[in-house]
Amino acid sequence: MINITVLNKAGEERELEVPEDMGLNLMEILKANEYNVLATCGGMAMCGTCHVQVLEGMDNLAAHSDAELDMLDTLPDAESNSRLACQLRVDENMHGAVFKLCAEEDVEVA
Amino acid sequence: MITTDICIIGAGPVGLFAVFEAGLLKMRCHLVDALPQVGGQLSEIYPYKPIYDIPGAPEIKAQELVDNLKKQIAPFAPTFTLGERVETIERQEDKSFIVTTSDHTKIHCKVITIAGGLGCFEPRKPAIEQLEAFEGKGVTYMVKDPELFRDKHIVLAGGGDSALDWTIYLSNVAKSVTLVHRGDTFRGAPDSAEKVFHLAEAGKINLVLKSNIVKINGNGKLNEVLIEGSDKTVTTMATDYLIPLFGLSPKLGPIADWGLNIDKSAISVNTFDYSTNIEGIYAIGDINTYPGKLKLILCGFHESALMAHSAFKHVYPNQRLSFKYTTVNGVNAF
Ligand SMILES: Cc1cc2nc3c(=O)[nH]c(=O)nc-3n(C[C@H](O)[C@H](O)[C@H](O)COP(=O)(O)OP(=O)(O)OC[C@H]3O[C@@H](n4cnc5c(N)ncnc54)[C@H](O)[C@@H]3O)c2cc1C
Repeated sequence: MINITVLNKAGEERELEVPEDMGLNLMEILKANEYNVLATCGGMAMCGTCHVQVLEGMDNLAAHSDAELDMLDTLPDAESNSRLACQLRVDENMHGAVFKLCAEEDVEVA
Repeated sequence: MITTDICIIGAGPVGLFAVFEAGLLKMRCHLVDALPQVGGQLSEIYPYKPIYDIPGAPEIKAQELVDNLKKQIAPFAPTFTLGERVETIERQEDKSFIVTTSDHTKIHCKVITIAGGLGCFEPRKPAIEQLEAFEGKGVTYMVKDPELFRDKHIVLAGGGDSALDWTIYLSNVAKSVTLVHRGDTFRGAPDSAEKVFHLAEAGKINLVLKSNIVKINGNGKLNEVLIEGSDKTVTTMATDYLIPLFGLSPKLGPIADWGLNIDKSAISVNTFDYSTNIEGIYAIGDINTYPGKLKLILCGFHESALMAHSAFKHVYPNQRLSFKYTTVNGVNAF
């Protein structure tokens, strides 16, 4: 298990304990923890709806793929520390990282 | 006013196939989509991705499937309103409906079939002060008719394929074209990026890299944009139009306000015929929900067939449906 910290759009912070040996990506972890992430494309770097900013630990993460950079290019609010959560494989290098959710949230209608 | 039997809201794969199923039963369809082209998620998000789970097509590219669907429904001559979002639906005394779009197009129909997928694809908007106040007054997120920009000064913003493509296209139409991009490289199609750099070198367009538009001004109509460079200096540029092109993102949109039973952004339906809680309104494809729902094209196709058979009773209340296979009747066009 590793620990990461997630800030939602309102800035509320939560520490998550996540398994690093299950081949999951950060988008799946966020969904499993009931964050309202659309993830329309299911993890193919095609929709940009799982955009996060890495507030701490950016240097330890694997480099962007071309597909991820292409997608980030189309997001108006992308910054130099932006990543797509679906492209971030959870492993021990992610321990201690801090992520902020940026993507627009799913519309919840009662 | 457009008059039809079934008004289909959403021209994704499921809305398109619904035309075929309705056509076999001699019902006419009019499709409305907020996007300027048909195809829904397939054309908008993944046109080149191969799909493997369409029966009879071991591997097919998403856009090819859409093109085939267009061919398959052509005999039934559906009509289209594209680039307009359905805003309201009103029930008439005789139980028919009037559907009204964002551009005030009105469609009179006997049945409404909502095939709205994940909702409307809406433009992603950059955080520019005053942006929304100038929408329709110089700020536009879509190039519907390039002629609108003839001999005008245009600023485009974005770094993806559509920003590159429209920069190239409009360089032959507009009086001046400026492309503002946050980075200094483009990862869109390499030859489009190359063309844009060539156009800039030849002085045909202005390329403003490592910069962002931060504010816009005007007096009733847009007349200038303020561009901030990486060194934080801000320059002002006069323009007639600003076209931010940062892709589209789906939003449920007005569908939520039509009195339908909604569960987690999807419309609850009866799996008997995919009818909703409002008589005469059906919901098929990704937009609906029921126990066991799978968001697959295949499932949407199946739902189209059952929907059409039930819709028949609303369109032809006095006729009995005698169901035959298409191999018996053939595809009898209108
Ligand atoms: C990356 C990716 C890969 C996929 N791969 C597969 C696959 O291999 N196999 C598979 O079966 N499925 C796949 N899917 C899922 C598949 O794309 C969807 O199930 C399918 O697109 C649903 O079709 P639809 O017609 O219901 O909706 P959509 O394709 O979402 O189309 C809905 C349309 O309705 C329009 N609309 C919505 N509201 C309004 C309104 N108020 N007014 C006007 N227009 C409106 C939208 O603009 C949109 O064009 C994939 C999805 C993604 C994102």
